[in-house]
Amino acid sequence: MIITATHINYYHICHRKLWLFSRGIQMEHTSEVVEEAKLIHESSYPQRSSKYTELDLGVAKIDFYDEKNKVVHEIKKSRKMETAHQWQVKYYLLLLRRAGVPEATAILEYPTLKKTMEVFLSDDDAHYLEEVEQEIEQITRQEKVPEKINKSFCKKCSYYDLCWVE
Amino acid sequence: MKKTYYLFNPGRLSRKDNTLKFTPVDDDGKELMPKYIPVENVSDLYLYGSLDANSALYNFLGKSRINVHFFDYYEHYTGSFYAKEYLQAGKLQVEQTRHYLSDKNRLEIARPLIKGAAHNMLRNLKYYKNRGKNTTPAIDTIEQWISDIDQSQAIDQLMGIEGNIRQCYYIGIDEILKDLKMEGRSKQPPKNEVNSLISFGNMICYTICLDQIYHTQLNPTISFLHEPGARRFSLALDIAEIFKPLLVDRVIFSLLNKQQLKADDFHDGTGRITLKEKGKKVFLKAWEDRLNQTIKHRSLGRHVSYKHLIKLECYKLCNHLIGAKEYQPFKAWW
Ligand code: SF4
Repeated sequence: MIITATHINYYHICHRKLWLFSRGIQMEHTSEVVEEAKLIHESSYPQRSSKYTELDLGVAKIDFYDEKNKVVHEIKKSRKMETAHQWQVKYYLLLLRRAGVPEATAILEYPTLKKTMEVFLSDDDAHYLEEVEQEIEQITRQEKVPEKINKSFCKKCSYYDLCWVE
Repeated sequence: MKKTYYLFNPGRLSRKDNTLKFTPVDDDGKELMPKYIPVENVSDLYLYGSLDANSALYNFLGKSRINVHFFDYYEHYTGSFYAKEYLQAGKLQVEQTRHYLSDKNRLEIARPLIKGAAHNMLRNLKYYKNRGKNTTPAIDTIEQWISDIDQSQAIDQLMGIEGNIRQCYYIGIDEILKDLKMEGRSKQPPKNEVNSLISFGNMICYTICLDQIYHTQLNPTISFLHEPGARRFSLALDIAEIFKPLLVDRVIFSLLNKQQLKADDFHDGTGRITLKEKGKKVFLKAWEDRLNQTIKHRSLGRHVSYKHLIKLECYKLCNHLIGAKEYQPFKAWW
């Protein structure tokens, strides 16, 4: 199974979401949240193109990679899912380490909040992520869909109607 | 907000940048003032008049995920241009097929579909019973038939029960209607005004179900109650069963009883009764209002339109197919 950064992200948000996503169950892309995220991405840094390259790691695509300084830049809208964002970015760093760039670091950016955060990958982190990879395999292989989590962010999740309709 | 557009006049539809351009032509083939519709405002198109279009237009519509439904001179649904699906079906489609192939699994979906449909027919009859109409005999008989549904062990048997329920329901409808009567169901051709309206409404209901299925990952050609192939998109027939009483029939009762549609809104073409254009417009206006009407959804805790209820019904089928939750049909509770 191919584990992408999205799997890592969803693992830290909701296992049901991870299961649905990994089964190829997608929702219509009409959600305003998605729209807004795309807009931030497209408009926040219009003239960064020369310094940054897009890096395709096969299972993950890093949109803004500063090759010279070996820094991954990841842009997010709000800090609500901060832990999930951090692990997603740390996963990029793990993938880079596997690709032979162990010294890479990352910066999480929240342009709407004018905040940034540095992210590093420790050996413990790497070890943890390897365990997460195995758990993701296990969750997605299980027949039964994981339970709903009933959190306030369910309302913003694209699976909300699917999960909660009765 | 995206809207459904109904085109009645003959004319030419073309792409003009990111806009749809409709140029109507009059009876002598003379072009009239064009109308422009920004493509992002369009959810789907219903074509009643004859239309000229080229493949560039269809490519554009396909890319914009706009389905087009065609109707002939007699208002018969003749087919759809179904834009390329944008949600990959994957594992869900495998499950859908698997559920169709096993009689047991198939019945577990088909039975609630019939139950939901019957329940919603009863809702209509009871609503009018409370308003002094004599629908009690129909209600009683239908309730008896409903109690047989769980015993049914085969699809034909279930379809038989459905047929019986429907017949009782039609008798009830004649009690509800003030002037025009149905006098039994006649389809091809519809022999009177009420039958003509029901045919017209059912076709529209089928297409809206198809549109909503399109925005989920269900495959519209694999159905459970109807035999796949009964019509190309037979899953839309399944889902329409649940909604016809609530959407089509209620609109018809109200239009007829308030005399917004009368006998002279129809014409008689050698035994085939059809709506005149003005009548069609009255119906479609009421239909659109109905679809956009909202109710407070019990489990989602927010207001949803009737149109969205159809999509939610598709989600419930998805949940059943992936084993998340057994399918319970939508039952009107008001
Ligand atoms: S709605 Fe809630 S329970 Fe369902 S997938 Fe999203 S986060 Fe998980």
